[in-house]
Amino acid sequence: MTTTLDMTTTELREVNTTLQAAAKSQANEAYVITNPRGSHAMACGLDGPLTVTIKGSTGYYCAGMNKKAAITVEGSAGPGVAENMMSGIVTIEGDASQYAGATGHGGLLNIKGNASSRCGISMKGIDIVVHGSIGHMSAFMAQKGNLVVLGDAGDALGDSLYEARLFVRGNVKSLGADCVEKEMRPEHFELLKDLLEKAGADARPDEFKRYGSARQLYHFNIDNADAY
Amino acid sequence: MCGIVGLFLKNDEMRPKLGDMLTDMLITMTDRGPDSAGIAIYGDEDDGRVKITIQSDTPDEAFAGLEAEVAQAAGAPVEVKVLDTHAVLTLPGEAETAVIDALIDKGLRIMGVGASMEIFKEVGLPQDVAARFDLRNMGGSHGIGHTRMATESAVTTMGAHPFSTAPDQCLVHNGSLSNHNQMRRKLARKGVMTQSENDTEVGAAYISSRIAEGATLGEALEGTIKDLDGFFTFVTGTKNGFGVVRDPIACKPAVMAETDDYVAFASEYRALVDLPNIEAAKVWEPEPATVYFWER
Repeated sequence: MTTTLDMTTTELREVNTTLQAAAKSQANEAYVITNPRGSHAMACGLDGPLTVTIKGSTGYYCAGMNKKAAITVEGSAGPGVAENMMSGIVTIEGDASQYAGATGHGGLLNIKGNASSRCGISMKGIDIVVHGSIGHMSAFMAQKGNLVVLGDAGDALGDSLYEARLFVRGNVKSLGADCVEKEMRPEHFELLKDLLEKAGADARPDEFKRYGSARQLYHFNIDNADAY
Repeated sequence: MCGIVGLFLKNDEMRPKLGDMLTDMLITMTDRGPDSAGIAIYGDEDDGRVKITIQSDTPDEAFAGLEAEVAQAAGAPVEVKVLDTHAVLTLPGEAETAVIDALIDKGLRIMGVGASMEIFKEVGLPQDVAARFDLRNMGGSHGIGHTRMATESAVTTMGAHPFSTAPDQCLVHNGSLSNHNQMRRKLARKGVMTQSENDTEVGAAYISSRIAEGATLGEALEGTIKDLDGFFTFVTGTKNGFGVVRDPIACKPAVMAETDDYVAFASEYRALVDLPNIEAAKVWEPEPATVYFWER
């Protein structure tokens, strides 16, 4: 059964309360949200299996802290979409604004358009697939997880990176501090093939380059003392 | 925070609706800036005549008998349209300097001068400010508006945006400039004076001084990326158009929409949702350190 919530007549708080209760009930229901009108913090904090389709564009922090739910935005998403996601799938049919998937621990964030600056900043295990391009300072201090970009990456990709893997098919404008290109080993082809399939992305793993941490910034280096 | 809205009409038939559309956009941005609100609107030009927008905290006193006084200074009839704390004077262009001197002598504040630009700004919630000036019923070719959450200077009328530092030019800003005192001194050495302690006014004065030195609007906006330090999303208005530029870090939000009828700017998509045919518009986030402008 699909329930429709129309935001011209239902308040945001009621929409979120309804979705959160439905997720908690573990009934795996489906909800459609119409007329989101760029509202903030939509479908946040869902803790259980639930399918949510948002018919239009959303504002700040959509699908934040998501656990297990499958949320689709049939439009573009404002800043901080799927921030600190734990699991589940968040799909953005349009573009995502800055810091998409920030600090995410798990699950898949699938952006069909472009993502702007700071995509995947401080990611901690989330998988992010961007079918378009990403902006500057993406994957800054990314710790774990995979960022896959079918288009180009902006300036300072992967600055101060820890152990996240970055796969970019197009051009990288510049790499951030301690981020380097690395070889694609068989396990990376496998991983990438799986992620591209999950995201429904029309690309082959052999078209991508892998970037990761050179691991030179992990510990204080006495030779750099003069720089401080 | 602060909220910015801007609307540039490509379709002249929509001109009577400009104020109505901008007012809705402005009110939607109340959460981003409840301290003060303002709008610069570019209306019809009257050949050879100039508009001066003035403000007084005691309008009943200050505007009583003003028409005769300014007509005397101008040596010609002056049309005076009073809107709450503001008044728009329309006079022959050659009388501009004499009238401005007379207005300043009277202790009135000059909000802006131009062939087509009028500026209205006050402390208060955007919906109250809009109602006081009846913004909804204003027509024009383009306009920009601002809702302020104050950071760099006091919540006053003169600290509200837009800031105008040259005829028909104005600027609204989301962010904060960190080298504004240094830039204010640099501009002062060139004879470019500002009226307030506000950082944005310095940004506006910088752009105006570059244009006065011969730069195009695009070149002046490019210059902000190099010469201004801090966070900014700027939207600037001129007689013929409007421009947008964001600093290279670009943490202050911005979204744009374009159709055959208009180009719109807002800090958030929420402010664009009621624009006509928005579903079919091209909607995008302006790139950092990239200048966009539209001119007719």
